[in-house]
Amino acid sequence: MKLPTPASLPDLTTLTASAPPRAQKAAQLTLGLLLLALMLMAIAALSLAVGARPIPLETVWHALTAYDATATEHRIIWDLRLPRTVIGLLVGAALGLAGAVLQGATRNPLADPSILGIHAGASLAVVLGVAFFGMTQLSSYVWLAFIGAGAAMLVVYSVASLGREGATPVKLALAGAALSAVMFSIINAILLTSQRTLDEIRFWQVGSLSGRSMDILLQVTPFLLIGAVLALAVARLLDGLSMGDDVARALGQRIGLSRALSGLAAVILAGASTAAAGPIAFVGLTVPHVARAITGPGYRWILLYSMLLAPILLLGADVLGRVISPPGEVQVGIVTALIGAPFFIALVRRKKLAAL
Amino acid sequence: MNAAIDTTGIIAARTHSAVRRHRLAWALATALAAAFALSMYLGDFPIPISGIIQSLFSPLTGLANRSVDFIVLQVRLPRALLAIASGAAFGLSGIIFQTLLRNPLASPDIIGISRGASAAAVFVIIILGWTGLAVSLGAFAGAVLTALAIYFLAWRNGVTPYRVVLIGIGTDAVLIAAISYIFTRARINEVQQAMSWLVGSLNAARYADLLVLAAAMAVLIPALIALLRSLDPMELGDDTARALGAPVEPARLGLMLVAVAFAAFATAAVGPVGFVAFVAGPWRAPCSRGQGAASSMPR
Repeated sequence: MKLPTPASLPDLTTLTASAPPRAQKAAQLTLGLLLLALMLMAIAALSLAVGARPIPLETVWHALTAYDATATEHRIIWDLRLPRTVIGLLVGAALGLAGAVLQGATRNPLADPSILGIHAGASLAVVLGVAFFGMTQLSSYVWLAFIGAGAAMLVVYSVASLGREGATPVKLALAGAALSAVMFSIINAILLTSQRTLDEIRFWQVGSLSGRSMDILLQVTPFLLIGAVLALAVARLLDGLSMGDDVARALGQRIGLSRALSGLAAVILAGASTAAAGPIAFVGLTVPHVARAITGPGYRWILLYSMLLAPILLLGADVLGRVISPPGEVQVGIVTALIGAPFFIALVRRKKLAAL
Repeated sequence: MNAAIDTTGIIAARTHSAVRRHRLAWALATALAAAFALSMYLGDFPIPISGIIQSLFSPLTGLANRSVDFIVLQVRLPRALLAIASGAAFGLSGIIFQTLLRNPLASPDIIGISRGASAAAVFVIIILGWTGLAVSLGAFAGAVLTALAIYFLAWRNGVTPYRVVLIGIGTDAVLIAAISYIFTRARINEVQQAMSWLVGSLNAARYADLLVLAAAMAVLIPALIALLRSLDPMELGDDTARALGAPVEPARLGLMLVAVAFAAFATAAVGPVGFVAFVAGPWRAPCSRGQGAASSMPR
């Protein structure tokens, strides 16, 4: 880790006489947020209109404002596309926030829900449910995944807390990766012996928004909202942690508590989004890097930008996945990586990204 | 006076840590020997220890017992030797990457190189219908091509560790997506066949695999030792290393090639066994605290 440069100490810069450029930058970033919000709304409208049966935007508007239960197109919008779109928005925002929070709390650019064992825990719970309890309903996966993610993160955190220094970033990441490896070997052992489970799981583990109904949306929404509020609330703590443990401690911050709160926010967000859409790795891993490239340091902005950029990517990929290979669909987990990764690589090549 | 006391203290501390390292090396060697012995002894077909020893020396003594010899010499021995060789190769590959990229998470199974082997294997098994040795070749090519792609994509007036790591995870994501795509489009029994390769196994260990891997390591290990001296200053950061006169870029390229080759050969032999490369770094820390990279290499 590099020593913190003055640019990465936002609280100290306020003390210097650079107020006008700072206010200007804040105005620019706010404008950027508004633009992103507009983009997101446009993509959400597209997501309601585009699909196996294209529906004109005018009809979409009518369906939303004057619902007519006898019109097929209105039913399609309310029963299928609206839940799917809202889940895409919420899950996308949650993945972006979770990734940014985890990267900040562990100060590792590779930290994401899959490194910290959250995806492995969710997958293991779903695999066990399918293999041994014959669960095949998407709605039962939701709870399994959520419990699995929470249990995994709890174990990872307790293992990482062993020893004198407590849960340091490196120990967290290592414990997460090690326990993921254990859980994936159990998953593989089950999948190798049960073809039926493999057949169910291969579609779930890709990550998809299709077939998500209103009740799944209602189940996960409270968690996603609580998680988002908590994530935005820890922004200031993440700024402290980003200066390094010693500096943060010297400034009077409680390191262990900061990390535990950040971890809690990330688990709620990642667990609920994995429950709703399956394990989608790419979004949480890369969007925070893009956000950081736009905003510079300062976690309040990074979190807000991640929260808008991630659903743009996720929902945009979902819309694209519906139309690129008719008559079928390509799962959103695949499309996000296939279109997002080249963009991400190009960005990494073009800009000198600030190290965490 | 004070100086004299200090020196003896330092010397004592150094000797102490050297002794500790020697002890650890012996302990690890003993553990390896024990694991090898267990691997030879345990199996579905019970063979007494005397029988195993007799069988191991049967090519020299001429005392043959065909069924026992087959199990000991054709099944268990290649399996145990392949486990040692591939484990060592994965471990070396992991520690080189983690040290070069200065990130304890950056082992080849995290930054996309093993995934390149997996994606290539899934492609040749499901789409092209290859089996056996051809799959190993495909996996090897996949790993090498992925590593080259990551390196050249990360190249921009030189390569920084941070950029390699980020490009690596981007590449990894694309490869995961490709594997998932093939899996959702293929027939279930083909998926199962590919899965059994992806898990990684020593089940079908053959002398041919072992020979290839051993030959590769016979070339790679001397190359690694030659390059090792440049690794220690690099851990201090590129700029410091350059200031100390270390040839950073050539050394890094050489070390990465060696690390990729280790990972690619081992993956071709036993499949993308996860975790072995990854734990190399965390293992190394308690074994050789602050002793530089060289001390962690012979494992």
